Amino acid sequence: MIKFLYVLLVWMPFSQLANAADVPQKLVITGSSTVAPLISEIAKAFEASNQGVRIDVQSGGSSRGISDARQSMSDIGMISRDLKPEENDLKGFAIAKDGICVILHKNNPITKLEDSQIVDIYTGKIKNWQELGGKDAPITVVNKAEGRSTLELFVNYFKLKNSDIKPHVIIGDNEQGVKTVAGNANAIGYVSIGTAEYDSAQGVAIKLLPIGGTSASIENVKNGKFPLSRNLLLVTTTEPNGLKKKFIEFARSKEVIGIVKQQYLVPITK
Amino acid sequence: MLSNSILSPLRNELALVWLLRILALMAGALVLLIFAFLLNESLPILGLVGLSAFFSDPSWHPMEGFFNLTSMLLGTLYATAGSVLLAAPLGILSAIFCRFYAPTHVARIFRNLMESLSGVPSVVFGFWGLTVLVPLVNQIHPPGPSLFAGISILTMMILPTMAMAADASFASVPQNYLRGAQALGLSKSATLLGVVLPAAKAGLLSGLILQSGRAIGETMALLMVCGNVVQTPKNIFDPIRTLTTNIALEMAYAMGSHRSALFVSGLILMLFIVVLLIAAEGINRVPKR
Amino acid sequence: MFQRDRLFTLIVWSAALLVVLIFASFIGNIIYYGLKNFSFLYLWSNPINTGREGGIFPIIISTLLILLVCMTVAIPLSLCTAIFLTEFTSQENILARFIRRSIDVLSGVPSIVFGLFGNAFFSVKLGLGFSILSGGLTLACMVLPIMIRLTQEGLRAVPPEYSLSGSALGISRSQILLHLLLPAAAPSVIVGLVLGVGRALAETAALVFTSGYVDRLPQSLWDSGRALSVHIYDLSMNVPGGETSAYKSAFTLLILVFFINSITTQLTKLWLQKRIILQ
Repeated sequence: MIKFLYVLLVWMPFSQLANAADVPQKLVITGSSTVAPLISEIAKAFEASNQGVRIDVQSGGSSRGISDARQSMSDIGMISRDLKPEENDLKGFAIAKDGICVILHKNNPITKLEDSQIVDIYTGKIKNWQELGGKDAPITVVNKAEGRSTLELFVNYFKLKNSDIKPHVIIGDNEQGVKTVAGNANAIGYVSIGTAEYDSAQGVAIKLLPIGGTSASIENVKNGKFPLSRNLLLVTTTEPNGLKKKFIEFARSKEVIGIVKQQYLVPITK
Repeated sequence: MLSNSILSPLRNELALVWLLRILALMAGALVLLIFAFLLNESLPILGLVGLSAFFSDPSWHPMEGFFNLTSMLLGTLYATAGSVLLAAPLGILSAIFCRFYAPTHVARIFRNLMESLSGVPSVVFGFWGLTVLVPLVNQIHPPGPSLFAGISILTMMILPTMAMAADASFASVPQNYLRGAQALGLSKSATLLGVVLPAAKAGLLSGLILQSGRAIGETMALLMVCGNVVQTPKNIFDPIRTLTTNIALEMAYAMGSHRSALFVSGLILMLFIVVLLIAAEGINRVPKR
Repeated sequence: MFQRDRLFTLIVWSAALLVVLIFASFIGNIIYYGLKNFSFLYLWSNPINTGREGGIFPIIISTLLILLVCMTVAIPLSLCTAIFLTEFTSQENILARFIRRSIDVLSGVPSIVFGLFGNAFFSVKLGLGFSILSGGLTLACMVLPIMIRLTQEGLRAVPPEYSLSGSALGISRSQILLHLLLPAAAPSVIVGLVLGVGRALAETAALVFTSGYVDRLPQSLWDSGRALSVHIYDLSMNVPGGETSAYKSAFTLLILVFFINSITTQLTKLWLQKRIILQ
């Protein structure tokens, strides 16, 4: 056993170092947790067709996608919104479209909420599901942490300020939001439609609410009817070249349409 | 140190001495390096809004330019105080049980249990809290993730070490104190409360302070069970956010002043620890009777 | 009088019982669900579907590599620092006092602060990015104090006759160190090492921003790698339906930590026995 560990610990790093000289081809991609699952899948496909390439995907948030790219911590950043005017030092490449929807626990009898009701819930004016015709239970408001573009888009659409929101739980990633709502019968949250549809198809106990009378589905994001939609972008600091260019082109090509759809996102192709 | 002056002369070993000196200096300088980096990353925001903004701004909304840390400071203090207040009596009583009440083999098992538990990773406690404790708290008083859950998990984390520290300080109480108490005909409880506890006070207190340090620094377990809402809790079932979880939660996507503000929370945490260490040293120094 | 005694006995026993019950339910819960459907294949296969299915092989390898980097740096550094402090300087020396004081502070620094520092220094400043290297180096800073302290204890416990008789025979300082002091202090050094490994293994907060999240087999130390504790955190927080796998990972980590703990206890016992014989 000790010998095995010894071999593993001492031999492996060195043998790998020797190999590393042959395969310097590596891309680090960081950023939005909405884009990360999609890029991970695309990266696997890309690695499969390009021998000796390794792509590391780290999820954080859109802001991290931007800052890592700027600090050269990553080769490519992922963001789940369009570039802002003050970010014109970066080059953006749209790869897919997504929406944001409000989610409830599957067993919650509520099936739709008006925009104004959502605002009232999030600002703490409505505190109990009974006031909306549901059962007598206090509402658990799930909000996103500062710096997430999902949060930005949500508060912009509902004309809120984050400081007006009275949350009970703060979450980071989309999946964390889904998990929190699935684990609490009286919770309300908002996440990427892609993540929500993917998880509810996997049997996670959540349901997606319509917004402004339009049901939250990837179909309605595609045809432009769904009001809360956004672009998913890859960003670089300079005009991409070499492997970066090859990967970005691959991520925007027809070859990945299947992968994009599998993640419940809307493909954009040239 | 006597050995330094009478051992073989050092001049033949200058290279060795310098190597040791340099490496030791590196280890010693690490704290300064950490301080310097925290300060360096905090300076932009301190220059921009000043230190007072962290205590006088209306709220913590760094994207809107508000940087108030007080409710998170209070969150840290409440969670730490609550867990220490629970863990201290439980830990001390367990140690008394171990040393004065339990049969030898039970005491041995108990000690082994505490020793093993003291090494349990905080993320495992957090995971247990998230899957077992939080749903339970939700049944009693929604929403579930709360100061209460945080205090419970922290208590479980620091209790084993607390018990071990108490056990060690009871062990160092001189035997003739006990014999003296026995000779005076004191009952067992009177001996323990009147003689053993006061005699072990210094050790107990410094153990307490060290464990407070651990509670202040705990991050992941609290991130998992506290709900992370920035607010001053009105009751024990309100969710809270501590200074440490604030860093862990927002660091991944903070930029500019926001990132800078998180390094300020790091600095404040460091200051807490230094204050605690000075307090611990003070306690260790006083009762050298 | 006797009533008070009886009451106190009752309080002590019930406190101890409460403590045991709480921890038994905690450990029992992890072991019960961890052992359910546990197979050794879990340790041997790759994670599938962000860890919901499959195993943790790459995560174990990343964890071991992070520990390797951590110990490669921490062992020589802590050994040299401890030797310098105990054998080559006096208590009152300003340099020694500064080093001792700063190591005390270092031992209290919260792990998340190490994470901040590691991210700012190793990942950004030194350009190591999210990698096993940055993670391991950050952990090395973290375990340094405990390893230095135990090495020092070991060296201090060596009877001064060792160095004195060595010196009388005209053996040089470095030879005394190498052949007399270090072997005599070895058990304590090893206890420090094992404790350090235990602490590094348990760490999560310092690794999230330094060694990152990538759950694939690292190909070099410059690749990002997910440690076991980070995997448990991610499965329980960010993966709906990840509990089953999280239980199995938590069980694995617990077993590892208990194993390391029992090694420490055994070694400490051995060391104590040896000291008694010496004296």
